Amino acid sequence: MIYEASPIAVTIFFLFVGITLGISFWLGRQAKDPSGYFTAHGQIPWFVNGVAFAGDYLSAASFLGICGMIAFYGYDGFLYSIGYLAGWIVALFVVAEPMKKLGKFTFADALDAQFNSPGIKLAAGISTLAVSIFYLIPQMVGAGVLVQPLLGFDHWVGVLLVGVVVILIVVTAGMVSTTWVQFIKGSLLVVFSAVLTLMILSRGFTENAGEESSGLRKIQVNKIAEHNLHVVEPSGPWTDPEVLKLNILQLKNSSTGTVSVWTQHEMKSSSGDETWLLEAQTLTTKKDGTILVNGEVKGEKKGEPELHAIGHVSKLPADYEEGSAVGPLEFFSTLQESEIILWPSKKLKEEDSSETTVYYQKPTPGSHILRPGEHPKFKGIREETFLGKLNFLSLMLALFCGTASLPHILIRYYTVKDAAAARKSTIIGIASIGFFYVLTMYLGLGAMTSGAMDVTTSNMAAPLLARSMEEWLFAAISAIAFTTVLGTVSGLILASAGAVTHDILTSYFKVEMDDAKKVRVAKISSVFVGTVAIILGILFEGLNVSYLVGWAFSVAASANLPSLIMILFWKGVTKQGVIAAVVVGMVSSLGWILLSADSMNKVFGFAGHEGFVPFGQPGIVTIPLGFLTLVAVSKMTRKNEASA
Amino acid sequence: MDTRNARIGLILFCVYLALYGGFVFLNAFSAESMEATPVSGVNLAIIYGFGLIISAIILSAVYGFVCTPEGDVAAASGATSNDAGSSSSEGAAE
Repeated sequence: MIYEASPIAVTIFFLFVGITLGISFWLGRQAKDPSGYFTAHGQIPWFVNGVAFAGDYLSAASFLGICGMIAFYGYDGFLYSIGYLAGWIVALFVVAEPMKKLGKFTFADALDAQFNSPGIKLAAGISTLAVSIFYLIPQMVGAGVLVQPLLGFDHWVGVLLVGVVVILIVVTAGMVSTTWVQFIKGSLLVVFSAVLTLMILSRGFTENAGEESSGLRKIQVNKIAEHNLHVVEPSGPWTDPEVLKLNILQLKNSSTGTVSVWTQHEMKSSSGDETWLLEAQTLTTKKDGTILVNGEVKGEKKGEPELHAIGHVSKLPADYEEGSAVGPLEFFSTLQESEIILWPSKKLKEEDSSETTVYYQKPTPGSHILRPGEHPKFKGIREETFLGKLNFLSLMLALFCGTASLPHILIRYYTVKDAAAARKSTIIGIASIGFFYVLTMYLGLGAMTSGAMDVTTSNMAAPLLARSMEEWLFAAISAIAFTTVLGTVSGLILASAGAVTHDILTSYFKVEMDDAKKVRVAKISSVFVGTVAIILGILFEGLNVSYLVGWAFSVAASANLPSLIMILFWKGVTKQGVIAAVVVGMVSSLGWILLSADSMNKVFGFAGHEGFVPFGQPGIVTIPLGFLTLVAVSKMTRKNEASA
Repeated sequence: MDTRNARIGLILFCVYLALYGGFVFLNAFSAESMEATPVSGVNLAIIYGFGLIISAIILSAVYGFVCTPEGDVAAASGATSNDAGSSSSEGAAE
């Protein structure tokens, strides 16, 4: 789609971002020593810390990724919502209070509390860095995605913008202002999502919303001649059995010569079965870099050739009056009986080595959209093979265990006074996050039926939904999403800086540092981590941000959770056991991800490669592996110590 | 893991684990059952999913109610109540 910046949107956007940053700088101006810089002196009020948890946690992945996944595939995106929230239960009931009691600045402190081993600090510090950087990628990708429609910038400009602003926040202010950014953004995100949900419910559903304006055609197969069209004999990649199976065909306009792509569908009507053709959309990248949309050179301004906005209900239940408001449950029961057009895609490599992506319409019953298993990643649960089910179990396990092992969430336990305050702020966090996740279902499905989606990217669903309501709302939502990225990214960078300064330099390499120098070193590492994040954010442009976050959770859970849990529950843990568990968990999960089919296809660019591991999500193998390593190494080293 | 609050936490954790585990296994091994529409045309997938989120909020609220600052202090050998613990963390309540 072609995005044009509107002056109102830009003004509101900068106002929002400016005010948020202004307030947080003003509140965070006094952080000068390390305890202030890293943990805000432990003096953040528990309520603020609780909402800041939400601000920290509800990252671009939740807001952009989950909404987008629901908007394009239905219920499956909501599985992430459920898993992300479930992880908080582990954090609250098992990890929160011991963490608060054992640690001081970083998660490594807590692991190392009873051993005082530089090796543990080093291993935990490196795993903190690895997880944080992994988690940073989707945030940066999200930032790039956001500024595109709003300000009309390219993806990389967005990434750079976020990177620079965040480095600025972290370097000048530290944890106090980071907390306030997260608090403000957390509250705004929840409130505005609720407003948007109310608007969705009161707007109700309309058949073919946005379809006329988008100009996509629907014609009966026996009437193509009347439309001056004739069928093109398929050749090259169009004869691929995979393509033929989808009933894709090309039609040529007899007078203009333009070729359009269609899919054929059997539809029931009062006069029996009829065959209809639904117009698909194509995006072609020529060898010389020219981009064609639907057969014409892509335009640069509104009104010139572009891909059409998509997303509509094609059939509503007979007893529903079009456009009437629905209640929160009626919303689902109406959709359940409707038919909705989904837009899967298929990539074709033409003989002249240009690449065409065909986005085609797939009329889908609402009952299928509201059940798990529509997304290709989750299709496994509807098949008989055990591997597909295992991949699903693995993801749900990683989400469950991952939250409690995310370093940037764990450091939030050091910003409050004591265990009671840690507990209370977690409860506030769970309530706000849970409420938001319930809303994601409405936002996602609202976007799916809004007629305003960009067929090429699912990450834009939430802001585009807002634009289908009001221009100012679009600006506000985009600004919130942008501060969302700012908040999460600054938390992550701070966690990484803490790991570098405390765990790696001070504890392992024994670098002597006074307080002022510690803060300075932390700031230098922030700049470094921020720069790495900017580069990765530009490289990983095309991946759904929620899927990327799933991976970050797997690494966090595999590397950190086994030691964290075992130290709490088993007296036999040794320092070698902890080091081995962290290293094995981290290396095995990272290795698994890099060798998976997804990385092979989308990151390294080997299309169609099946990967070297049986399924994509490592958690179900690597988390138990971490536990096993810890127990085995602890038992071995304990015996050695006893006999020595 | 020897404080009263920690024990309460573990019990509530097990309750939630059972709920979550039920959801995950139902999805993985009996995906069709999620399509049933038991309440006013809304399917089980949505009801169970929303239910999980709401029960997380309720369980955490219960935890917040039941835990006391005294419960944070490990019960020393034999001693049952611990008055000293309350003064140190009472201030956090406001």
